[in-house]
Order: sequence, then C-alpha cells, then structure tokens
Amino acid sequence: MIRELEQYREVAPKGTIDFLQRLSEQVQGKRFLQISAVRYGGGMAEILRRLVPVMKAMGIEARWEVIAGTQEFTDVTRRIADGLQGRTETITDEMYQIYLDVTARNAKALDLDADLVFIHDPQPAALIEHRKGGKWVWRCHLDAGQPHRPVWSLFRRHVLKYDAAIFSLPGFAQRLPIPKFMIYPSIDPLTEKNRELSRAEIWEVLDRFGIAKGKPMLLQVARFDRYKDQLGTIRAYRMAKKHHNCQLVLAGSGVLHDPEGEAVLAEVQQAAGNDPDIHILQLPPEADREINALQRGASIVVQKALKEGFGVVVSEAMWKGKPVIGGTAGGVSTQIVNEATGFIVHSVEGVTFRIRYLLSNPSVMTRMGAMAKEHVRRNFLITRHLSDYLTMLKLLCPD
Amino acid sequence: MSYTETTFRFIGCSEIQEILGKQAEDERQLAELLEEVPLDSVYFHTHSYFLRTRFIERTYPNDFAQWVGEQVRDHVLAERLSVLDPFDFQSLETLREELFSIIDDHLSGMATVPRAGLGSSFYFSRSRILEVPTGVEARTLREFRDAISEVDVSAVYFHVFEAHLRLRREENDFSAWIRGSLKLPELADRMRALNPYLGSLERLRSSLLTMCDEYLAKSDQA
Repeated sequence: MIRELEQYREVAPKGTIDFLQRLSEQVQGKRFLQISAVRYGGGMAEILRRLVPVMKAMGIEARWEVIAGTQEFTDVTRRIADGLQGRTETITDEMYQIYLDVTARNAKALDLDADLVFIHDPQPAALIEHRKGGKWVWRCHLDAGQPHRPVWSLFRRHVLKYDAAIFSLPGFAQRLPIPKFMIYPSIDPLTEKNRELSRAEIWEVLDRFGIAKGKPMLLQVARFDRYKDQLGTIRAYRMAKKHHNCQLVLAGSGVLHDPEGEAVLAEVQQAAGNDPDIHILQLPPEADREINALQRGASIVVQKALKEGFGVVVSEAMWKGKPVIGGTAGGVSTQIVNEATGFIVHSVEGVTFRIRYLLSNPSVMTRMGAMAKEHVRRNFLITRHLSDYLTMLKLLCPD
Repeated sequence: MSYTETTFRFIGCSEIQEILGKQAEDERQLAELLEEVPLDSVYFHTHSYFLRTRFIERTYPNDFAQWVGEQVRDHVLAERLSVLDPFDFQSLETLREELFSIIDDHLSGMATVPRAGLGSSFYFSRSRILEVPTGVEARTLREFRDAISEVDVSAVYFHVFEAHLRLRREENDFSAWIRGSLKLPELADRMRALNPYLGSLERLRSSLLTMCDEYLAKSDQA
C-alpha cells in the first residue's frame, strides 16, 4: 500500500487508486524530472509539491528542480511570459543574452539526466540547449494562443528542440512541428484550500470579514484586474438585489506595488459605494483557508472574466458543491457543464438572470452543486493529473 | 452459481489527447478537415468521447454534434449527427464517410455556411490510449458483479466501447465471456443489446450491475 496515494482513496472516483497503482507498475524505476522557476506560489507549484512525492512513493525516480535567477533574469522572463500571453513586449539582444547566460549557469548546476524531463513555462525553457538525453517536454501553463509575435518568434526556436509540448487547452497552443498534447490543470482536494472545513471553521472566517451568515452570498474570487470584470459582477448583483436580499463578496489578492491593480480596486470600491452588502476583501497569497471558507460559505460563485487562463478557481468552487456562473473566456466553459453544474453566460444580464433563477430555486442550486462536485471528482482532481503524467511517461519512454 | 476456469481479467485504459493543430471555424471547414485527419481523430471525437463523459451526460453524444449544437447553434445538423450510432459501423473509415456525408448533405441545402462564434473553433485531436491491466479478475458471475462495481470505470469503456472496434462484431468483452465461459446466453444477450452510446460510463456501469443483480436474484430463487 502506498500511503501517499492511499490518502486520496476517499475522495477519488471508485477504482482510481488501484488503477493508478497498476499504471505505475508500467513505469517503475523511470527517471522523471520536473523543472520550474518557483517552488511556491501558483497552481503548478501546488500540484507538483504533491505529485512528486506521490510518484516517488510509487517507485518512480521523480525529482523536482527549481532554477536560480537574478533580478534581471526574472524581469526578462516576466517579459517573455507576458509576451507569450499577448502583451506587447520588447526583448533586446542584451536581455536575451541575460536569459541565455543564467540558463547556462543553471544547466551547469542542475542534474539534467532523466528519462523524461518536463520543463514548466518559459523561465527554464532554454535549458533544452543543454539537454543530456532522455525525452524533453515543454509544459506550457500559459495561454499562448495569441502571443506577441516578435516574442514568440524568439522563444519558438527553443520550443522546436523539444520532443513534445503540453498545453492546458487546445486554444492555448501555437502551430508547432512537434507533437502537442493537452492536459488540464487540476486541484488537490487535500490542501488547505480545498480540504473539508467544519461549520465552525467556515463561520469563523465569515465572522472575521463581517459577512452575514443567513443571507445568500454571491462570490467572485479573482485578483483585481480589469479582465476579471468585478465591475460587471457588481452590476449583475445590483440587478439581482432588487429581487433577492443577497450579498456580494469580491475576494482578491492584495494590490501592493501593482499600480494597475490599485486602479482597478479603487474603481471597484467606488462602484460598491456604501452598500453594506458588498464586501471587498484583499487577501494575502497564503490565505488558502479563507478562500476555502468563502467558497464553502457561498451560495453561488460567479467567474465571468473577460479574459482568463484555465481558471482552476472554477473547479475549486465546484469541488465545494457550488453552482458556478461563468463566461466563455479561457477554460471556464471547459469546466462548467452548462445547465448541469452551473451556467455559461455571455453578458452581465445573463449573470443576473441565472443568479435570480438559482436563488428562486434552491433545490436546483443544491442539485447543480452536487453534480459539480462529482464532475470535478472525475475530471479535475490531482489523481487524474497523476494518471496523465504516468501515461505520458509510459507513452514517451516505452521500455 | 456458474463457475469457469476461464478467468475474466479487467483491463482499464488511460487516454492522452494529442492536439493536431487543425481547427474549423465553420461547418464547411469541419467537413473538409474531417476528410483529412487521421482515423485516430475520428475515434477521439466519437468513441472515446465517452471516456471523457464518465458521469454527466452532455446534450449530444459526440464532439462534432456537441460543437455544431453548442457553438454553431445549428441544431438541425447537431441532431442529425447525434442520431448516428457508431456501433452501426464496423470501421472508423465508414464512420468518417457517414459523418462527412451528413455534413455535406446538410450544407448543400444552406445558403450560407454556419460558423461558430469568435474563439469557439473546433480543435481536432486524436487519442493516445494506454491499456492498463487492473489486476481485478472474476471467475463467477458474483465475482464479476463485484468487480464491475469496484473497478475503475475506464475498464467498462475498454471492454464495451473499445471491444467493439477491436473485435469488429456486436459482442462486447463482457457478453462474450458470459456467453462463452459462464454459459449464460440469456444474460449475455441482454448485455450485448446494451447501447453504450446513450448515456455516461457510470450509467453503463449501473445498467450492467442491475442486469447481474437481477440474474443472481432469479438464480437464488430458483
């Protein structure tokens, strides 16, 4: 029995844990290396922190290395990441040389020898120039569907040297002559952000933020960013409020040192005015339990961003048995099964209509929430992610 | 209780989606690309659609119909593509021909080509399937019933959907074993008659369990 895996038996679909054990027997002893820019922060790091120990316990020689960089390197890679996501960026020859030099230093310091190497996101991608063998796969967690062309042209030369690339959605990929695979992100149901909470734990958080417990609560969890359209959510809430005595919670990370975020937050605060039923919360990055409690305390979760990545926050809310009203941007509509686990909408009015419908039909809300949880159990949990990674290991590195 | 020396070994499967880099914006492109993509892609968007529809049933039973119905909002074509039963086709090539023919025929009566909204393209993909022996075995109907109840649901997919293409006959692995090894033709006929394309994998599992339970209850009474 593999203890690290067994802890998921209660939450994974029937038969999954035994299936994963059998699948792992096909890749025993394989050396599987993950390389990323950070060990903490972001969904990718959260998942790797759990996946790598589980794979080790399953008999795979799994390792996870993190590259070291300078402030200049971080600045350049941020520009590359932003450029890949469509922002107009300039990468000068000098900047590019910094990227290559720091990568070369990392290549010397790291043991790159493995059967399968997954390079996560653009920061460590140039390590491909120093490959020592094995299969190399670029795992892109970004939406690179419409990149700033000059940045993509510069970066593409590295990607072409990989054996394959993985994207989170087909629409996030670029035309490439190497095989391209699709793997959805996932959530870990046992982390602080997703574990079961007692009613007392949920109420403690709601009390702390002054949120009424008996009143239906609409929730949006997103950083303060124009694309997340908190203003649209406030408009939808206002229209619904005429018919239902509800409250709105807009929870996002802090905006310190982020001028754009500060401006958006100011606009959101101004739009909220003196309405005591609108709660605007700036939470620190480590506020996982607070997010968990807010999602569990919510009646309906709204994620109608104008532009979105995969938006795994949708799966987090669904895992807590909540119907989600979401837009069509990014991966939101991939996670919601329209009219079964929530609603896919196309306008602020659409959000209002569905809020009113759900608040008028509590039994539908309960049924959709239950379906949402089961849908996530089978499609967006870390156990499915583990199966995908082991399958890739077997398919790319056969005996 | 029927007993056999021939053990049924449950095999599950894991699928990875390979993106082909071909995308359709309208129904004409859908038809044209359908003609040129590898057969693995036809398999991915029809048969293995059910491997990804384990619990919640979608409005339409394959990716083509789902896209045409939800993104293009051409409900007539979506319905015509839905009624097509992949079990009626012995090969993926003939299935592809029929899909193409339905779209082509539909377009011949249209003044303009219906297209999807911005950013809602159809992305062609193909399946990379890995077979995984689960280690679960059965030698009696009771053991079979219990195994069906507990095994990863991908095994239900493998022995029913995948078997159809592998064996190129109407029998699936379950009905073939129950008929050949347990010598229970009546139960085997019922299992063979199951149409897996009209529900989710979990619903299929549930139907199989009901059939076993009913047969076992009848045997106990007798």
